[in-house]
Amino acid sequence: MSVTEPLAGNIFAIKRYALHDGPDLRVTIFFKGCPLSCLWCHNPEGLNFGKEILTQVDRCVGCGACQASCPTGALSQGPHWRDHVRCTVCGICAQVCPALAHECIGQTLTVAQVMAEIAKEAPFFEGTSGGVTFSGGEPLAQPDFLLALLRACGQRGWHRAVDTSAWVSWEIFQKILKVTDIFLIDLKHMDACEHKKLTGVDNVIILDNARRLAHSGAKIYFRMPLIPGLNDQSTNLEHTAEFILSLPIAPSIDLLPYHGTAKNKYMKLGRDYPGENLHTADHKAISQAAALFQRRGLTVRIGG
Amino acid sequence: MLPRIARLRQKSLEAQPSISIERALLETKFYQENYGKHSLPVLRALVFKDLCTHKSIYLGADELIVGERGPCPGAVPTFPELTCHSVEDLHVLNTRPMTSYQVQEEDILTYAREVIPYWQGRSMRERVFAQVPDEWRRAYEAGLFTEFMEQRAPGHTALDGTIYHEGLLDRKARIQEHLQRLDYRNDPLASDRAEQLKAMDIACDAAIIFAERHADLAWAKAKDEADPARKQELLRIAEVCRHVPAHAPRDFWEALQMYWFVHLGTITELNGWDAMTPGHLDQHLAPFYEQGLVQKTLTREQAKELLSCLWIKINNHPAPPKVGVTAKESGTYNDFTNINLGGVKPDSSDGVSEVSYLILEIIDELALLQPQASVHISQKTPGAFLKAAAQVIAKGYGYPALFNTDTVVLEQLRVGKTVEDAREGGCSGCIETGAFGKEAYILTGYLNVPKILELALNNGQDQLTGIQVGPRTGDARNWTSFEELYVAFTQQLTWVVDLKIRVNNYIERMYAMYSPAPFLSVVIHDCIEKGLDYYNGGPRYNTNYIQCCGIGTITDSLSAIKTHIFDSGALGMDQLLVALNNNFQGHEVLRLKLWNKTPFFGNDDDLADDLMKRVYESLFQAIDGQPNTKGTSYHLNMLSTTCHVYFGKMLGASANGRPSGQPLSDGTSPSHGADRNGPTAVVKSLSKMDQVKSGGTLLNQRFLPDILQSDQDLDKLCQLVRTYFRLGGHHIQFNVVDTKTLRQAQERPEEYRNLLVRVAGYSDFFVDLDLDHQEEIIARTAQEMT
Repeated sequence: MSVTEPLAGNIFAIKRYALHDGPDLRVTIFFKGCPLSCLWCHNPEGLNFGKEILTQVDRCVGCGACQASCPTGALSQGPHWRDHVRCTVCGICAQVCPALAHECIGQTLTVAQVMAEIAKEAPFFEGTSGGVTFSGGEPLAQPDFLLALLRACGQRGWHRAVDTSAWVSWEIFQKILKVTDIFLIDLKHMDACEHKKLTGVDNVIILDNARRLAHSGAKIYFRMPLIPGLNDQSTNLEHTAEFILSLPIAPSIDLLPYHGTAKNKYMKLGRDYPGENLHTADHKAISQAAALFQRRGLTVRIGG
Repeated sequence: MLPRIARLRQKSLEAQPSISIERALLETKFYQENYGKHSLPVLRALVFKDLCTHKSIYLGADELIVGERGPCPGAVPTFPELTCHSVEDLHVLNTRPMTSYQVQEEDILTYAREVIPYWQGRSMRERVFAQVPDEWRRAYEAGLFTEFMEQRAPGHTALDGTIYHEGLLDRKARIQEHLQRLDYRNDPLASDRAEQLKAMDIACDAAIIFAERHADLAWAKAKDEADPARKQELLRIAEVCRHVPAHAPRDFWEALQMYWFVHLGTITELNGWDAMTPGHLDQHLAPFYEQGLVQKTLTREQAKELLSCLWIKINNHPAPPKVGVTAKESGTYNDFTNINLGGVKPDSSDGVSEVSYLILEIIDELALLQPQASVHISQKTPGAFLKAAAQVIAKGYGYPALFNTDTVVLEQLRVGKTVEDAREGGCSGCIETGAFGKEAYILTGYLNVPKILELALNNGQDQLTGIQVGPRTGDARNWTSFEELYVAFTQQLTWVVDLKIRVNNYIERMYAMYSPAPFLSVVIHDCIEKGLDYYNGGPRYNTNYIQCCGIGTITDSLSAIKTHIFDSGALGMDQLLVALNNNFQGHEVLRLKLWNKTPFFGNDDDLADDLMKRVYESLFQAIDGQPNTKGTSYHLNMLSTTCHVYFGKMLGASANGRPSGQPLSDGTSPSHGADRNGPTAVVKSLSKMDQVKSGGTLLNQRFLPDILQSDQDLDKLCQLVRTYFRLGGHHIQFNVVDTKTLRQAQERPEEYRNLLVRVAGYSDFFVDLDLDHQEEIIARTAQEMT
């Protein structure tokens, strides 16, 4: 990108009326691409850094418009059989499809374009703690773009939350620390090996960043995806509680019970679902986990 | 719930709606003997007096507030002078698949013998229909508009606080004063005014007689009552009924009974639309409540019990049943008594009091169909009150609806009301704005706005029948720009509005001449002073509304035509017309393209929202300021109630990809399924409509229960509402149910009798709605985001 071009990033969704991504009413900006690969990821369309085409077979009416207009013949076997070698993800199939069966995931947006979208929601922030949440994917994986957005939001007085895996270098955190109001950080597992098995990366950097953030006075909402059998053992929950209690912050945790609704999305993306064998957290398991944290003196919220 | 209230509530819920022919028999006999002997206002007052003197009265066990329109709870009279049920109508009402109105076989025979023959050719409905021009009839039959006054009298009446300070005897004194002052030498209407004032005087006597009869009944029952506690209550009831409505009420109990007698009077005299409503009941009752607590003559519990009794009384009163096709198809019993809570007082201070909270508790506990409650939120309304309302909303009864006091006041200032009268005003019926106690704001009928576009696209022909209904405004296939289309649309619009108003003015004069309402005129400001009837320009303010339906459907249709035909050129007008005329049969790909690839209203997208603004402005230009019969004018409001379903049936396939026969968008809500960016985007789109220029708008939002569980969820709902109102929204209401529950209710209606859903400006039992309306509620976009 040349210096004269405006700063832009890859965004895969902008969700208005986001109720569970921080305080009050928010708009959530989803950055495309994530260095982690959590088994349960419920936004698989945000994993890859590049654009993708998502196809919903049940919507297809067989009109043939996509095949006829595909410049590379990637759909020559049929509208649902994408030849990923030939496909250049140009998005024409999505443009021409009358039934919204093909959908292009990810678009390059400038800071000004994203700010214009956020501005639409700004009346709802007035007089509340509502604002913008940058999520993903991993927003810190596009640090310059994120920084520019956070600064621009700050100039307008909008509340800023950054939802991050925290698996990035501290240097990046240092830059955005001053322009972020709240960090939402997942504690997926306290054991480094288990963490690596579940997410593809270990948790040393994550915990270290969390500690440094807390000591630097940042406001943090810790969240924990609750995956039965994988991270809801009482020892892990105890360790999680201890970690939070060791930090100089008001101790709290949001429990995010696992649900299997993402499976469908993997299918539409033409990928295997790595969470095939996961179980939905039942009501009992959730209340047990909540009770454990409450006993340790944490404020617990369920569902973010 | 107190045991007494539980028993009364149960009885009310079990009361089978039924038709009482008593009123019709008394009235027919009276007309037969007296028609021609008196002026019409006096005749109407004497009929009312005869009814009040002779109708069966009812005082049930446990009751504290007394009086019924019919002989018992659930019984509703007919009004043959306006519209006379045929024998077939009565059979239909008795047997229709939706919950019916019971009619005794014997009564049907009596009706056929005693009532029907007299009113043949004499009822208002027959006289109106005998006179309307063919052009009007064709437009009416094509479903371009409805006519409100063909089955019920003009209504939408609400009261201000005057009845709590002035008894009917005080009003009689004022009437006499004005009779004395009449200037027969210089005022050519003086003798008309005299007749009207005499009629009002008789009407006051009638209502007092009615109350006295209840006092006598209570006294007689007390004599025979063995239970000493009930005996005391009956004696107290007798005392209350001797005092009100003749005199101003002295305490909380009397205030409630005062209102109830006035309410019953107005709905016995005529069957005005949307019955009657007390207006800002919490503000009216607050002084009595506080006085009772200070003097230790009233406790919070007692106040709640008495208020609950009023609530149950209102619920005992189903709407008067319709005739003809409406009797077959309309399943609603709701008589639209809509109580306003909160808001501001005339002096601009906050209107919320302990009584407001008390009423919210009652709404929650009783969960009745009627009355409906509207919570008015101004900038001054405390957050706690909005939150308390949100807690009731989250229960999923479909009420209370939320209104923006600040916009409601501005709407009224715009049309020239004083700021005090505007603040004392509010919303009645569904969402209609009026100055309570001082205004006749007559709804005249719904306008099928997408059908007007259909006429434009078909050179004035009805797409469904091929009949030439409107003027020939050009062949759409020759248009080369969107502007040409829009000109044709506005020509059709002007034609239809003009036609509607012409006939409506005629009907209004018929009511003013032949069906005055002297009792209603007594309780509405300035009728006594002017010596004019409520229907004849007597009230301080006189407004006519035309309710415009389908703003979402027409905006999306225009957007589709603009996008695909005139902007991109990818689609030909001929191709579109062929597809529409074939109801998209064989054109499904085109239909999907129109539906999925067009900017639609409700997404905070200016491409669509600017078209909405343009249509709204055209409607405003066509309607606002048109003269009515009272020297004032018509205004628009944006309401469909349930008419979007009927209008949808009368509309062919539309350019937004909507198949023929499907409902229009409701109220000012986006088309079903067209809003894809969540409720904040909907609210933003709606706020681009300059709602102050309307007499009310209606926005439905369906929420699933799981996003309204925690305290924070409710705060977020309140934030959504506050923002919409800060942006100028008039009204918003929420249906809090999930699709699964609604489907289960369709399968096993008996288990879901109490499932209340928001239909339009009111809630109804889901299982009482017909299948089309049920499907329509399910189709409203659920805001199911997590």
